[in-house]
Amino acid sequence: MTPDDHGHAHPHAPIDDDAGGYYAVMQQAVQELLIAKGIVTADEVRRAVEAMDERTPALDARVVARAWRDDAFKARLLADGTAACRELGIEMGPTRLIAVENTPEVHNLVVCTLCSCYPRMLLGLPPDWYKSRPYRSRAVREPRAVLREFGTEMPDHVAVKVHDSTADMRYLVLPRRPEGTEDLDEAALAALVTRDCMIGVTLPSSA
Amino acid sequence: MSRVPEFAARHRPGDRVRVRAAAPPGHVRTPWYVRGKSGTVERLCGTFGNPEELAYNRSGEPRQPLYRVRFRQRELWPDYRGRDHDTVEVEIYQHWLEPVSTAEREA
Repeated sequence: MTPDDHGHAHPHAPIDDDAGGYYAVMQQAVQELLIAKGIVTADEVRRAVEAMDERTPALDARVVARAWRDDAFKARLLADGTAACRELGIEMGPTRLIAVENTPEVHNLVVCTLCSCYPRMLLGLPPDWYKSRPYRSRAVREPRAVLREFGTEMPDHVAVKVHDSTADMRYLVLPRRPEGTEDLDEAALAALVTRDCMIGVTLPSSA
Repeated sequence: MSRVPEFAARHRPGDRVRVRAAAPPGHVRTPWYVRGKSGTVERLCGTFGNPEELAYNRSGEPRQPLYRVRFRQRELWPDYRGRDHDTVEVEIYQHWLEPVSTAEREA
């Protein structure tokens, strides 16, 4: 059986799990060294990857929904995002969280131009586009064009504020609460909050 | 309890600052697009180990004050096609910042 003839019909690029670029080989070598020297075990590495994979934006959606329903919590979140998340049992680890609020006059957008800094403790792993060079370079250069490509048209009177996550802070966009959601409880509100609107590329809708 | 050595913060929110136009080798967390550009201190985030030292397994101490500096898009990109009130805020460590004098501001 050739690689192209493997029992099913859909076309795709050859799957080659052994393909290792320079950095993949280096990562493997460093991991093997750390294990050989007894600094970490293979199981600890596996468990850390598993814990990171299990995080989902649902955690963060809860933070947003709480802020929409509870003005005092929202004030604490905007004053100290790290402490406010701890109230909900979410630990930020070594980084600190800054929550930035969308208003009728301000729209916030998050990027890391240097690499892929992202509030992983809240949102889990970043989407591939967040790590791509086009997003990273264009978000600070032509944010309104990037937003438009995500279907988000920002009127001229709204200031677009981009947050470049270059060092020890991580960012959470607190979107505006959609109209017509006054009667929803926290769980129903959280269901409206998507990963992308907490990065700032889209807006939540009540539909 | 011994205190972690740290540099005192030299800038306050609202101060005009300029990012050094330097190009040292190593693990630098200052994006190229703001080097040599002026902005306004938005807040002091606290003090953190210097990543240029931490990357080489040194202590990173004394810790560096870290600021969020707000830049006007039009000052970063003269041909910026958005609006005048659009901004970018970037985290910059103190050793990358220098004060902008009043004379320079008025020039």
